[in-house]
Amino acid sequence: MEVAGEVLASESQLHVLAVDDSHVDRKVIEKLLKISSCKVTTVESGARALQFLGLDEEKGSLGFNGLKVNLIMTDYSMPGMTGYELLKKIKRSSAFREIPVVIMSSENILTRIDSCLEEGAEEFLVKPVKLSDVKRVMNDCIMRGETEGNNRRRVDKRKFEDDNHASSSSSSSSSIPSSPSSPLPSSPSTAATSSPLHSLKRAKLRDDN
Amino acid sequence: MDFVNQLQRKFIDYSSSLHREGIVDDQFTQLRKLEDENSPHFVMEVASLFFEDCEKLINNMAIALEQKQGVDFKQIDECIHQLKGSSSSIGAMRVKNACIAFRSFSDAQNREGCLRCLQQLSHEYSLLKNKLQTLFLLEQQIVAAGGSIPRVH
Repeated sequence: MEVAGEVLASESQLHVLAVDDSHVDRKVIEKLLKISSCKVTTVESGARALQFLGLDEEKGSLGFNGLKVNLIMTDYSMPGMTGYELLKKIKRSSAFREIPVVIMSSENILTRIDSCLEEGAEEFLVKPVKLSDVKRVMNDCIMRGETEGNNRRRVDKRKFEDDNHASSSSSSSSSIPSSPSSPLPSSPSTAATSSPLHSLKRAKLRDDN
Repeated sequence: MDFVNQLQRKFIDYSSSLHREGIVDDQFTQLRKLEDENSPHFVMEVASLFFEDCEKLINNMAIALEQKQGVDFKQIDECIHQLKGSSSSIGAMRVKNACIAFRSFSDAQNREGCLRCLQQLSHEYSLLKNKLQTLFLLEQQIVAAGGSIPRVH
């Protein structure tokens, strides 16, 4: 599904801010995002991310910010400020709380996933991040942009990697209660490349509609 | 043209052997797929960053394990975590597995075990670096001879 590329070709590009203390990971995520037709800015820490956004902690107000950011993708485990702490700061800021935040982590820990989603993260991706993950996030972002102004949160995270199963992504636009209930087990993924853990990383909450 | 074909054949065979030996896994293939005319040396560039990371972290761990006044296992753990992350991102499977083994000794605060693991890790890193540099050299030879790098799946 090339939705991201097709839609963006006719509009301005999504600008993604990627935050990761690992140089290797920054290089990889930058490439994945560029291939997905995004403008990318990479920074190595939460503090730098906030500086880039123009959120000066001390003043608690907006500073200079050159480019609008449409999406933030951040690593979870970083020295200094973790991705989780960064997420909280963004969601608690009146200026930036609408920016979707995606967390990336090498560890698939349920309580971690729960807390991130509860704090308002759009998705929780388990590393290593693949192109299919990024494309899906882009699609979610675009569709979310089209429904801006509504209070809907997209929580059907069960997107199959195999594009041949595109029909499974149709149940993505129903509204759900704002606080997540206990996680339901994901149904077995039919995509060849998914493992049960892989499905779990996305299928935290299930929309029964 | 025959010379280029030979080089390409060599490249394919060598690449396959890296996978077979578990030196690299599917993530490496995924990174390969991201290469295009705009960034024909992407994997090589990521590998360079990875080698830098590895050397720095291995060195830091060696120093930490040498501390007479007591080993800072928290620091060791942090290094292992970073190395495990990068090796996973580039698809360096054996290095990643060596990190996983290392972690259990670090958790147990077993200095002797850690020293052995560090040695194993250094060995896997050297092996990886050697093999990847051979692969990248083949790439460069193919391009220099006017050929294109075959896509391996």
